[in-house]
Amino acid sequence: MSMLASQVIKGDIRSIARLISLVENNDSTAIDPMKELHRFTGKAHVIGVTGVMGSGKSSLIYELAKTYRKQKKTVGIIAIDPSSPFSGGALLGDRIRMTDLSTNKGVFIRSMGTRGMLGGLTAAVYDVISILDAAGKDIILVETVGIGQDEIDIAKIADTTLVILVPGLGDSVQMIKAGLMEIADIFIVNKADKPGAEQTVAEIESLLDICEKSVRQTPIIKTSAKKKQGISDLIQEIQNHKEYLKTSKQYEMRKRKRYETELYELIRKRLMNYIYDETKLKDRIDNLIDQITKKKLDPHTAADEILHKILK
Amino acid sequence: MEKKIRVLVAKPGLDGHDRGAKVVCRALRDAGMEVIYTGLHQTAEQIVNTALQEDVDVIGLSLLSGAHMTFFTDISHLMKKKKMTDVLVVGGGIIPEEDVPRLKKIGVNAVFGPGTPVNDIVRYIRENVKE
Ligand SMILES: Nc1nc2c(ncn2[C@@H]2O[C@H](COP(=O)(O)OP(=O)(O)OP(=O)(O)O)[C@@H](O)[C@H]2O)c(=O)[nH]1
Ligand SMILES: [Mg+2]
Repeated sequence: MSMLASQVIKGDIRSIARLISLVENNDSTAIDPMKELHRFTGKAHVIGVTGVMGSGKSSLIYELAKTYRKQKKTVGIIAIDPSSPFSGGALLGDRIRMTDLSTNKGVFIRSMGTRGMLGGLTAAVYDVISILDAAGKDIILVETVGIGQDEIDIAKIADTTLVILVPGLGDSVQMIKAGLMEIADIFIVNKADKPGAEQTVAEIESLLDICEKSVRQTPIIKTSAKKKQGISDLIQEIQNHKEYLKTSKQYEMRKRKRYETELYELIRKRLMNYIYDETKLKDRIDNLIDQITKKKLDPHTAADEILHKILK
Repeated sequence: MEKKIRVLVAKPGLDGHDRGAKVVCRALRDAGMEVIYTGLHQTAEQIVNTALQEDVDVIGLSLLSGAHMTFFTDISHLMKKKKMTDVLVVGGGIIPEEDVPRLKKIGVNAVFGPGTPVNDIVRYIRENVKE
């Protein structure tokens, strides 16, 4: 086994951090260690945390992580914030809410930019989950970008998806449109220290009556990250959901779904890398684009040609 | 390979102003870097642990409080202990001119006084981060 992979399994912080950078940068030297790590994964419980901007995702993750540490569980946190589509840079600020976790030995936090990926995640998130899992983290919390609409891809990856709402958010039709009803395993009404929490709960309840998809009732938990209320209820519900997954065989189905999504993503990424690395192919594509622009060719015929070249 | 420069910006000490730090954060982001901002009142240990987990290329510290000497000493001591030899350390804020040589001796790579154009900071980082 490679030095890097074996150090990751031992939980060495620098090695975990380095390997994450390598997968994030699409560095080909990450591929071998990632292959080696796969058989050491599968023990962690992956919890996705999504919700609109400022709903309290980071603050709740902080409270959850502290409580899990009291239970002697180790925690990995992946905090995703949007990359600027203009500069490619990013301001990653989720750690502001988690300051003193950085000196907690059982916690590893990594901030990541979306780097061009839509859906509230980043392309490397699968590998980063696997790395933290192989490094022995019991719980992995993934905070998605909080833009409000599109961040539902997390449900394809997480074992348990938490959807955070806050009082006074209003428009329930928007929630249905955004697909939140389908992806939530647990609803959280955070900032319950503010007025209007009951109303928000009632609104979710009535929406669930219309949308409920399975035999399991989606629980709604009121929390206040600020006043540290409702955290142990939430942890209990997460545990209940995990047990539900295990007894209803959903657990394997979810894991399969995650690997299905990951594999297709990987194939797409490798294919694009291949195209960009083969200068001849890239030149040909540039040439085809010129022809399409001049109406000498159409995009479908051009795509046919490139696919034939790759598959040959 | 799509390497991005990652910078940790922290504002240690007790004073509550971080406007300057935020301006720098934004400039670095606009220059295509990933900036991890950790907010106010960070301890040296928190900063170094964060830098390690985030695998940053640069630690940027903004100091106004006058405790810069001990603080940078603590930081560089912890960094040595964790063998973080390839991370640039830069300081900003109000640091007296006469302290700069001593700071460089303990391992601070650059000091940017008040009024330094942010572009100078961007350029310095680009030129000095090891590939
Ligand atoms: N009153 C109240 N404020 C809260 C609560 N939880 C978080 N906040 C505040 O809401 C603001 C946003 O909290 P964050 O935890 O950063 O929210 P977030 O969802 O992670 O934000 P983004 O990552 O920017 O989308 C902060 O000012 C928090 O202090 C709560 O339970 N009650
Ligand atoms: Mg956040």
